[in-house]
Amino acid sequence: MDDKTMSEETSESVSRRSFIKGVIAAGAVASSSAYLFRTTTLHGQPSAPGAVERLITLNVNGQDRRVDVMKQETLAMTLRYKLGLTGTKLGCDRAECGACTVLIDGVPRYSCSTLTHTTRGQKIQTIEGLADPATSKLSAVQQGVIDEQGFQCAFCMPGFVMAATGYLKTNPNPTRQELAHGVSGNLCRCQDYDKILTALMKGAEHMRNA
Amino acid sequence: MADTKLVGQNYTTPDLVAKVTGKAKYAEDYRIEGMLFAKLLVSPHPHARVKRLDTSAALAMPGVKAILTADDMPGAAVGATLGEGVQASAQAERGLTNEPLYQGEPILALAAIDEQTAAEAIEAIVIEFEPLPFVVDPIESLRPNGPNARIQGNVWMRPATPPAAPAGRAAGAAAGAAAGAAAAGAPAGVAPAAATATRGAGGAAAEGQRGTGAAGGAAAPPGASAAGPAAGAAAGAAPAARGRGGRGAAAGAPAPPQIAIWKWTDEDFAKAGANQMPMGKATDEWVFGNVDEGFKKADLILDETFMTQSTGHQPLETRTAMAYWQNGKLFLHGSTQSTVQTVAAVARWTGLTPDKVVIISEYTGGGFGSKIPGAISMAIPALLSKKANAPVMMRITREDEHFIGRARPGILARVKLGMRKDGRITAIDMYAICDNGPYDAQGDGRSAGTTISLAYQPETMRWRGLTVLTNTPPKTSQRAPGGAQGIGLFEPLLSKAAKKLGLDQVAVRRINAPAGHAGFGPALPNGKQAYVTSAFVKEALDKGHELFDWDVKKASYSGKKQGNLRRGIGVAVSPYSGGSIGFDGLFIIKPDGRITFQSGIGNHGTHSAFDVHRQAAEMLGQPWEMCDVVFGSTAKNLPWTCISAGSQTAHAMTRAAHAAATDAIKKLQEIAAKAHGGKPEAYKVAGGKVSGPGGSLTFAQAAQKAIEYGGKFDGHELPEDINNFTKTSAKNLVGQGLMAVAKDAYPRDGQSQSFVVGFAEVEVDTETGVVKVIDYTAIADVGTVLNPRGLKGQLFGGSMLGLGHAKTQRWAYDQHYGVALARRFYQNKPPTILDAPMSFTAEAVGLPDPETPTGIRGVGEPPVGAAYGAIMNAIADAVGDEIFRKAPVSLDIILAALENGGQRTHEALTAHV
Repeated sequence: MDDKTMSEETSESVSRRSFIKGVIAAGAVASSSAYLFRTTTLHGQPSAPGAVERLITLNVNGQDRRVDVMKQETLAMTLRYKLGLTGTKLGCDRAECGACTVLIDGVPRYSCSTLTHTTRGQKIQTIEGLADPATSKLSAVQQGVIDEQGFQCAFCMPGFVMAATGYLKTNPNPTRQELAHGVSGNLCRCQDYDKILTALMKGAEHMRNA
Repeated sequence: MADTKLVGQNYTTPDLVAKVTGKAKYAEDYRIEGMLFAKLLVSPHPHARVKRLDTSAALAMPGVKAILTADDMPGAAVGATLGEGVQASAQAERGLTNEPLYQGEPILALAAIDEQTAAEAIEAIVIEFEPLPFVVDPIESLRPNGPNARIQGNVWMRPATPPAAPAGRAAGAAAGAAAGAAAAGAPAGVAPAAATATRGAGGAAAEGQRGTGAAGGAAAPPGASAAGPAAGAAAGAAPAARGRGGRGAAAGAPAPPQIAIWKWTDEDFAKAGANQMPMGKATDEWVFGNVDEGFKKADLILDETFMTQSTGHQPLETRTAMAYWQNGKLFLHGSTQSTVQTVAAVARWTGLTPDKVVIISEYTGGGFGSKIPGAISMAIPALLSKKANAPVMMRITREDEHFIGRARPGILARVKLGMRKDGRITAIDMYAICDNGPYDAQGDGRSAGTTISLAYQPETMRWRGLTVLTNTPPKTSQRAPGGAQGIGLFEPLLSKAAKKLGLDQVAVRRINAPAGHAGFGPALPNGKQAYVTSAFVKEALDKGHELFDWDVKKASYSGKKQGNLRRGIGVAVSPYSGGSIGFDGLFIIKPDGRITFQSGIGNHGTHSAFDVHRQAAEMLGQPWEMCDVVFGSTAKNLPWTCISAGSQTAHAMTRAAHAAATDAIKKLQEIAAKAHGGKPEAYKVAGGKVSGPGGSLTFAQAAQKAIEYGGKFDGHELPEDINNFTKTSAKNLVGQGLMAVAKDAYPRDGQSQSFVVGFAEVEVDTETGVVKVIDYTAIADVGTVLNPRGLKGQLFGGSMLGLGHAKTQRWAYDQHYGVALARRFYQNKPPTILDAPMSFTAEAVGLPDPETPTGIRGVGEPPVGAAYGAIMNAIADAVGDEIFRKAPVSLDIILAALENGGQRTHEALTAHV
């Protein structure tokens, strides 16, 4: 897969074949990367074709961030390992648990199952971006959590808060049951669901009163 | 200024803003310059030996820095001392192995500059296996020619005659901590340790069965897992202390369990009725009274087999760990339930002394018993980091976590129940087979028996048990180990008996309910049983009966048919260990008047890390806004603290807080008397001041005086009886203010147990098999309530875990190949938010436990069995008693039985299907 093809493809039209070839070439489906990756030759070893990183611009929490990203890199990995935003968690890395939920153009998405390259030109919001950057005032949903002491171990919290924040934009005055459906893509193993719902409903109330 | 009441009040924990803004760091969130990434090579076989291993191609790859194999793990040499005087055992789990005992067991680990390189390098390793015999079903292993999970055999048992060897105590800090643990854990006025003497081969206080007795390297999860109620006090002991030769190094201490070969006969199998568990010889047994006489008094006798499945803990955060070394010390960022208690465990697993280990764990994403003192896998990045001379991050994937993340042992049990026509239970004869997994001896089978004994107070009881090894992932205590399974398997039988005799279900629980110093478990040498500190189960039943509208629901909804929908109601009583004793409190009143509480409790979602200190703040009349809590790193001078497991923390650490606060009050009085004259007793502590005849001092002033006076006031002199771990921490805090430091030396008569009674109403769709929980009420007898919102959260969370066990959670293993068919969340089906009951009520009885100065008992575990039992009882009430004999009661079980005239079609004998 060469870069000429890449430049003609938009972020939406990376072909399935080229994606799979890139994955196979990289030798592993491990979707993670670290600070340093073999994009240049080391000791005469050619870099794996799928290992090429491209410098792209992402809009995260209102800021434009320039970052080197592999084609098969997931947004969760980019956020956590390259942008210093560890609030988004990895619970399963395969779209089962929702711990990695972020907002992309206001829509809750599983960042572990979103290719970073496809998010160019979109607005990404993570848990770190909810509070007011100038005053540190918590968002409505965050305040609801504080008011009701929501969550126990809180590993699932960022995912739930982002999912609720996105859902409430579509349905600002939900019943408890509707809100439960709205965040049913998020798992909590401490099973704090009752208190979580109370906290998120409180957040909804704050959002309506804002 | 009036003193504010803190105990029993809701508040915002100091960590909540960090959590809700994403600033809170869990193990995988730490980054260090030069950090390497580790990946594991795991076994594809359920049992095998590594025949050939060639790592040269992997090591030659650029970016690959180090490989760790089983030979690098401590304890590789049999007989090596692993600190704390515990001898290594060739049979212990060590983190890496050349003889994998389950599919998914880590064989080696590799560190590279990034995860992708590490994963590629793993692929480049050449490894060949020699497959060995394996078994995933305990019953299969007990057949005359059945396979054994291990070369050495297929069951854990204690040799009949304990050797007179002294309990070994190694010198050094390790032993100091462990010795402190042993002393700390020893409860006052409790019999169970003496229970070791009652049986021969039956074996000891089951704490030893938990496996540390056998193996120094074992990932010892003490807590109340071993023997459930019977080890409530023992749960206070550190992992190291358990399984050693007994507390006073007395002769006749129980020998460590060993792996043996144990087979039943063809006749045993032939004798069992259809779909009934055979009952060949058992390795363990205890009795209370004479069950034959008991059955003679019964008007109804039932004899049934029931199976509960193994279930993975599946915490949302896996056991990722990051390690680095500095100045010869290991710094480990990990996911653990207990900050302080992880030090000794990691020291043991890495071959270090505890003073060389620093544990950092400010936030843990759930444990539920699988991370009590951390996890043995922590040793891997620790040792890789040493080898590679760089920090190592070992990210555990959800796939890895299914295998190494631990699971609750499934229990297959046969129970014969004798009931009088008024509902009183005259006899229980129970035989429990516990699926042990491949490593540490699990005490769940035993705990199931003692829990049932406590919950229903049978007039006579016999318990027999076997702990059978299988080549499935390692088991460990999971939220109410043994207790949850015990209530789950027994309650449906109890309900069936009550129904046959035409009795009300709540009335039957009430007539058999424990009260006061209720006894449980085997008869001890003095003829009596161990007993609890208090029990208010009748009160809980009465309260729930009213709040749940039991009579109304029974009359209107129970058994109601509406098209294809059926309603049913059920109730269940669930005890579990609720407290340990003997730990230390430590806090400083600073010269600015603020109090800094040193908290050694893990922060894994219970909030106990913060709650317990409110006990002390209240006693001093200090507003909570003037309090700070130091937690999350053992480098921060924390006191000797209990494990955060076994529902013991609220009890143990409020006692420690009480002791430290009492020490502070005494010192404040003495300082005031010294400064202003008169007798210390004449001074009172209230409203942030200590005042009396001569005048008053603010806390700030008193703290400054404490530094001036020195001695015991600011920590220069320390009490003798505090643990060495606390002494080390306190010495680092000398001269910072008024030091309050004390050991919980309060007496306690009996073992602390907490109780939850669950009431459930379900609706079963007979066309789809779907079960909906319409209404659930949990009434808790946990003594005085410490944190109301926290309590409700624990009641809901534990109830949901019980619901998951009743409805959906289980494993599935291919019996032919011994490999996992159900992995990860999607297949193991933990409850989602949509499974929550439509209506949930939680209340506390609120009567204080008389055997602890704070009145407070723990709550984490009892709710599980209550929901497990109540929901299954409600299902039976809705669709019939003969529908199921195993849990979870999944859709297919219900539908198949309904199509078969209400008779179940499954056999409840094969595990993991």
